[in-house]
Amino acid sequence: MSGKPKLHYFNGRGRMESIRWLLAAAGVEFEECFLETKDDLTKLQKDGSLLFQQVPMVEIDGMKMVQSRAIGNYIATKYNLYGNDLKERALIDMYVEAVIDLNELLMTHAFQPADKKAQHFATIMDKATNRYFPVYEKVLKDHGQDFLVGNRFSKADVQLLETLLMAEECKPDILAKFPFLQSFKARISNIPTIKKFLQPGSQRKPPLHEKDVPKLMKIFH
Amino acid sequence: MAEKLKLYYFDGRGKMESVRWLLAAAGVEFEEEFLETREQYEKLLQDGSLLFQQVPMVEIDGMKMVQTRAILSYIAAKYNLYGKDLKERALIDMYVGGTDDLMGFILMFPFLSAEDKEKQRAVIVQKATSRYFPAYEKVLKDHGQDFLVGNNFSWADVHLLEAILMVEEKKSDVLSGFPQLQAFKARISSLPTIKKFLEPGSQRKPVPDDKYVETVRRVLCMYYDIKAN
Repeated sequence: MSGKPKLHYFNGRGRMESIRWLLAAAGVEFEECFLETKDDLTKLQKDGSLLFQQVPMVEIDGMKMVQSRAIGNYIATKYNLYGNDLKERALIDMYVEAVIDLNELLMTHAFQPADKKAQHFATIMDKATNRYFPVYEKVLKDHGQDFLVGNRFSKADVQLLETLLMAEECKPDILAKFPFLQSFKARISNIPTIKKFLQPGSQRKPPLHEKDVPKLMKIFH
Repeated sequence: MAEKLKLYYFDGRGKMESVRWLLAAAGVEFEEEFLETREQYEKLLQDGSLLFQQVPMVEIDGMKMVQTRAILSYIAAKYNLYGKDLKERALIDMYVGGTDDLMGFILMFPFLSAEDKEKQRAVIVQKATSRYFPAYEKVLKDHGQDFLVGNNFSWADVHLLEAILMVEEKKSDVLSGFPQLQAFKARISSLPTIKKFLEPGSQRKPVPDDKYVETVRRVLCMYYDIKAN
């Protein structure tokens, strides 16, 4: 038995990607068990492994954890990526929750019906550049520190970088008006564990392609 | 001077209701400012009070907190409703995640068309009885304790009670196959702070009505149709 965390999900980003990022950032090795068919999911459901019949599920420290926030919180606390005190945790939570909101939009883009895609894309771009990015730009500008919270690397930095890169996949120049986010992106990408995760061959997953959507729908619907 | 604890939201449940429940459970007094007009909302936007331009917002301990989950986690930790160690917190987070998902199906209910409401009611009941309630029933049955986690009252208990009552409003006998949850509901409801919150005249909000929907639409200029999930 390896003792490494074991991730149960399909072979793609979805709601597990933030967890992969966090484990990688913390320098924690992990294994993955990919769901390929509906039977794979049914098997997990039937053997009582999934508290609410859903993935993500992560086997870690003797637990079968579900709920991506719960998993993220546990990993962040265990590996000291959750701030020094209650107030820092509050800030990290606020920043991360908003990023999760933006990620939801980015994540569901591939599943939009053809006639809604353009409008959905416009909504994502609008929210990213008018609601979310300006906030993080201002946070970094105001305190002038390298990291979002408490002058220390945390879950908030990891999640924000993940989202910035996903947004750039949708629109490569999306950070054009955000100089602090550009330097943040460069700086955090250079942290050794992050740099390693960004290299080919890591467990980071590629963006979902339209051709993969039907297969996914078969597993989950 | 004691720092006031103030909630900024519509005069209705929405995403703020879980915050009201948790504060009440902890026996913490709070004030509320209700958004009635677009102008009030724009003023909050202009004075930079809403980090991501959204409510809920809670003024607490010198912060203007936003993002419901962040607010709830802070309150739970501050008032010792978040377990005693990392593993208990993990369980609480998992359980709260489930009840949050369940209540999410109910959140947009008031904004649906009459036809969609009927469909959604069926979805809510189906998810509650086949996915969520069985999980909590088993947790309680397996350990035989009064509370969900660590034999101690926590955020998970408050959140589950809130969810149970909300689903019962959609189908009054929904707990009929769940004896542990029935006992849990009675037990938690009779805790002094919870009992007080359940009495008329508390800050608990009623089932959302058309007036609530109209207020939200007006304040947020949210005139598009909401579709059920």
